[in-house]
Amino acid sequence: MIRVQLPAPLRRLTKTEGLVELEVTAPVTQRKLLDALELRFPMLRGTTRNQQTQKRRAYVRFFACGEDLSDASPDDLLPQDVVAGKEPFLVVGALAGG
Amino acid sequence: MKGVRVLVGTKKGAFILTSSKKRQSWKIDGPHFAGWEIYHMTGSPADPDRLYASQTSSWFGQVMQRSDDGGKTWETVGNEFKYKGEAGQHQWYDGSLKPWEFKRVWHLEPSLDDPDTVYAGVEDAALFRTRDGGKSWDELPGLRQHGSGPQWSPGAGGMCLHTILLDPSRPKRMTIAISAAGVFRSEDSGKTWQPSNKGLVSQYIPNPTAEVGHCVHRIASHPDRPDVLFMQKHWDVMRSDDAGANWYEISGDLPTDFGFPIAVHAHDPDTIYVVPIKSDSEHFPPDGKLRVYRSRKGGNEWKALTKGLPQKNCYVNVLRDAMSVDRHDPCGVYFGTTGGQVYASADEGNSWQAIAGHLPSVLSVEVQTLS
Repeated sequence: MIRVQLPAPLRRLTKTEGLVELEVTAPVTQRKLLDALELRFPMLRGTTRNQQTQKRRAYVRFFACGEDLSDASPDDLLPQDVVAGKEPFLVVGALAGG
Repeated sequence: MKGVRVLVGTKKGAFILTSSKKRQSWKIDGPHFAGWEIYHMTGSPADPDRLYASQTSSWFGQVMQRSDDGGKTWETVGNEFKYKGEAGQHQWYDGSLKPWEFKRVWHLEPSLDDPDTVYAGVEDAALFRTRDGGKSWDELPGLRQHGSGPQWSPGAGGMCLHTILLDPSRPKRMTIAISAAGVFRSEDSGKTWQPSNKGLVSQYIPNPTAEVGHCVHRIASHPDRPDVLFMQKHWDVMRSDDAGANWYEISGDLPTDFGFPIAVHAHDPDTIYVVPIKSDSEHFPPDGKLRVYRSRKGGNEWKALTKGLPQKNCYVNVLRDAMSVDRHDPCGVYFGTTGGQVYASADEGNSWQAIAGHLPSVLSVEVQTLS
């Protein structure tokens, strides 16, 4: 199981608490993870990436295993510790706005 | 329930205020969608328990909400707003051209007779419609593709389509307003559009009487007299007696001719309300006095309504979607401020009470008269 940590506004939107667990078939990429996340929680469509272009929203960042994966290709493989469920995939709202 | 339901959208969530027909004692429910901007929340005239809300965030984009029980519970519905065909370009602040890009839904206007049909005015300016209760939204592209798009430009708040008027006597007529493009009217259910800005004068644009490019802040009309339109413009309060074909100024003796909202009394089409605000940049009431102005004669002659409103050290704003009326007798008038107060009058504006004092900054106020 892959574990995803959503930021507080998206936890309220999905009515979830803590980490979300997802089944994602190999090979696990950021795109496949976000597809699985939106399939389980359709209300998240458009909240982390543009629905038409699939481009990440400007104030959303992705982190895992101490790395900033925000600008990585959505088709790159995710770190093995994320795939193994040892480390969570973090969706983070950027600190912006003062 | 019988009475009044006031739907308040704020910068940090939605609140629902309810009262009996007396409108003296109020219950506040909320926040719904805490932390999110609620640009607009409104109910269907055909089914008052059917509500829609535009929930937005600079971080997480647009979410659409629907309630079938008067706001007790909500479900997310479709939030994909895709421009049809080529997006096109509009003016940017520096005079360059910028591609159309969807940012948020500013205003929702439910159909007068079908709870599943709703029109949405969005930024960058375009008109969308759902016919399935919000599951899917389709653009009515004739407006954006009118041909004058390259002359449209954003106001300070963005290039928003903020007003949608449906004409109860002519179901195919729609009138919309965009800041800063102006008024457009359709006679064929939104397929084709014509600018409707003749008579508007805006000294700050290259051609003050241009066909498009005016910063219209809000339009209001009375359902019994839909050909008479009232407008609060960025400078000047205006009136049209021919459904927007021609406009003339009715600012009269107002202390400023700048402001955002304008509303029409529920039972008297000649009684209108505005909240004068100082321009430029200050955007607060003159002299620190929060005053609603009422005209009983359809404009030009105005009376300040102050009883119950702060008359010193008040520096809030009242935004374009933040004023509404109920249909009880006497007519109730409501508005919300950027300071988080919601004021209500149960006597046509003669006296006011704060029915909420400490909400987040208010973006929109809609009123449902329940019977």
